[in-house]
Amino acid sequence: MSAQISIRDMFFEESEELLEALAEGLALMSSGSHNDETVNAVFRAVHSIKGGAGAFKLAALVGFAHRFETVLDELRSHRLDLEPEVMHTLQRSADHLTDLVEDARNGDDTDTGQTAEFLAALDACLGSPPSAEAADDDAGFAFAAISMDLLDLDGPTDSDVGAPEQNFTILFRPHSALFTNGHDPALLIAALADLGTVTTELDLSRLRDVSSFDPTEPKLGWMIRLSTLAERAAIDEVFEFVEGLCDLHIAVSNSVEEPSLQPEISIDPELEIRPVTVFAESGTEGIALEKTEIRSNVRQQIAAREDGPGESGNTEARGPKPTLRVDLDRVDRLINAVGELIINQSMIAQRVQELRLATDADVVTHVEDYRLLARDIQEAVMAIRAQPVKPLFQRMSRIVREAADSTGKNARLVTHGEGAEVDKTVVERLADPLTHMIRNAVDHGLESIEARIAAGKDPCGTIHLSAAHRSGAVIITIRDDGAGLNRRKILEIARNKNLISPEAEPSDSEIDALLFLPGFSTASTVSNLSGRGVGLDVVRNAVTTLGGRVTIASTPGHGTEFTISLPLTLAVLDGMVVSVAGQIMVIPITSILETIRPGDGDLHIIGTSDRLLLIRGKFIPVVDVAQGLGFVRPPLLPAPDTLLLVETENQGQCALMVDRVFDQRQVVIKALDTNYGAVPGVSAATVLGDGQIALILDPEAIANNRVQQTAEHWSSAKLNEGKSLAVA
Amino acid sequence: MTIKVLAIDDSRTIRSLVQKVMEEAGFECALADDGVQGVARFVENPPDVVITDINMPNMDGYGVIAAIRGGSVHRNVPILVLTTESAPHLKARARDAGATGWIVKPFDDVAIVSVVRRVTGARA
Repeated sequence: MSAQISIRDMFFEESEELLEALAEGLALMSSGSHNDETVNAVFRAVHSIKGGAGAFKLAALVGFAHRFETVLDELRSHRLDLEPEVMHTLQRSADHLTDLVEDARNGDDTDTGQTAEFLAALDACLGSPPSAEAADDDAGFAFAAISMDLLDLDGPTDSDVGAPEQNFTILFRPHSALFTNGHDPALLIAALADLGTVTTELDLSRLRDVSSFDPTEPKLGWMIRLSTLAERAAIDEVFEFVEGLCDLHIAVSNSVEEPSLQPEISIDPELEIRPVTVFAESGTEGIALEKTEIRSNVRQQIAAREDGPGESGNTEARGPKPTLRVDLDRVDRLINAVGELIINQSMIAQRVQELRLATDADVVTHVEDYRLLARDIQEAVMAIRAQPVKPLFQRMSRIVREAADSTGKNARLVTHGEGAEVDKTVVERLADPLTHMIRNAVDHGLESIEARIAAGKDPCGTIHLSAAHRSGAVIITIRDDGAGLNRRKILEIARNKNLISPEAEPSDSEIDALLFLPGFSTASTVSNLSGRGVGLDVVRNAVTTLGGRVTIASTPGHGTEFTISLPLTLAVLDGMVVSVAGQIMVIPITSILETIRPGDGDLHIIGTSDRLLLIRGKFIPVVDVAQGLGFVRPPLLPAPDTLLLVETENQGQCALMVDRVFDQRQVVIKALDTNYGAVPGVSAATVLGDGQIALILDPEAIANNRVQQTAEHWSSAKLNEGKSLAVA
Repeated sequence: MTIKVLAIDDSRTIRSLVQKVMEEAGFECALADDGVQGVARFVENPPDVVITDINMPNMDGYGVIAAIRGGSVHRNVPILVLTTESAPHLKARARDAGATGWIVKPFDDVAIVSVVRRVTGARA
């Protein structure tokens, strides 16, 4: 792999996953449906973030994760009970940890005051301020690369720095645990030899009693003399890992007098050989016997793991699905290439069609196969960019918590269909509007605790957030069980703000739609959440930019539901191919409600050139697309035989007038922005099967432009048509 | 003979860091995501030294040590425990479980290589 992701990037990616796992685990804990493994997984998530953060010297992150982990450790070892306050602190800490990770990723400074506040809350969970030991632990963690515990040993310790050559005498006698722990005395002695000149003397004094000889019990000892320029600490480091696994005495022996080894070192030459033989025999037997043991052990463990998920039911415990990390650019190149392939395929299909061959001709069937194959490839490639909305939904529970905290309300988030997948960009760009809507739902949607109790509702409000696939689109709904929209108040505000003419008597759904007008806000007090200058119009714009739309429905006393409909991908689009002023153009199917063939008397003319379509008892403005795009037209064209009824966000329904409607087709979107900048009324372009370039229209912009002109025209003519909602 | 290292850690970041440092030092480095996989790798291709994390799903580091020390011809392979805890009692616990040594995270490249050399006897 040439495009290797840097380990730092990998850390942040992994952290995101860990934070997700953390949120998931905490949600389980919060709902009370957790077990020990859930708490362990939560602990591990924080622990792993700490570990990785340490590697990149992210001190703030490390410090906070450490204290967080301490509380979780208390919980998992059942020294701390999961009281509601503790749960609350854990969730807020997880939120703060998310912020710290984000700050670290962006290289931002962290608000240390806030961190201190959370640290205090975590300490409060522990019931006592962190002990001095814990504080030491922090320091040790953050700065020690390899800890070097100084052994508490007898004998003088030389602390002189850069001392001249010293002579040390080291008595070293391994216990059996030294060998079973994987140490080798020869390596230790060799490590000492790296420090200076070493002479060793073998101590065989314990080999004397041959009758009670135990081959597994080490009998050898060494008296090592080391002349070195190194400090005492270097010697301690050599023996760091074997502390407690051997008898060890280290002494400075600059004096001529050296400590004697053992009282007597007189050994029978025979004894020196015999134990070696015994050792070898027992050794080989042992090997032969135990060879197969570990394999069967491991098989059992692997089998246990395969059975595992069924028992625990915890997805986290299961091994991760094998994945491949690929640079996003590569995927986009591939998607682009597949787009070209689809265009090429439809060009060939069109050519073949023009040949008017028999439908059973070989080439016709092959072209059909090619079409299916190309479609398969396209879908598979799109799936690469698809991501579940789950992480996004998880983040929303934090928003609900924060919004509830700051408004003094009680709220919980219930999510459904988190597995639904949408294009990565859509998921990313949905974050802001969704956050806003969730905040709104808590702030404006839910009633205060007292009001809820008075209405006989659960004091804790519920926000339902769900995602589902419906015919090539993903539908996201945000539903609260609050009081519903106060339509009287909305109307009043809209009138006060001149968003609607004073005489207009809009229907309920039209009143609801007023919320999406720029500059609208119903909050009578400016709370911490509202009054940020962001209204639902921003939400709607964001959704529209993604090729989606948002609608609102409300039942008084039962709550409000927002529905966002989004395309699954930003790369292809189902479009209606039409002709406008002699040009072939495409109108997105998602915005077309129906095609209409107006009968005699359905079209009404107002003023000199404006038409209204009468449909099912309602008048709908007719928008001439050619005029909207700036083509000059004679003032009154003959009545069109087909109109496209479209739903727009600002204008309600409009009927688009085009010259001709051809057919419905899937087209590959080619952005114009890079070459032409934003063109009003045109969202993108595509290449049709015959190689012709067609513009993809944005009905919203065309209708807006047109209706605005009409509205100006009307108001100047002092015509009051109850249907029109003027735009501020 | 190239030293073969087996690094077991559930954190992708730490695994990759260890692998990078080991390979830069001229060692071969195999990886495993958790204790169970680690022991399986150990049996398939016995390494010269094992570096394992303690806190892992499925089987923790103590489990890995117990499985390896529990009986095979390779049971005395040095096992280094990778831990964020510098608290003495945790080191003692690792040692009592049969660990050869420990590396305290965050580790620095030179230090971890030197520890590996120390327990394997590999020369620079």
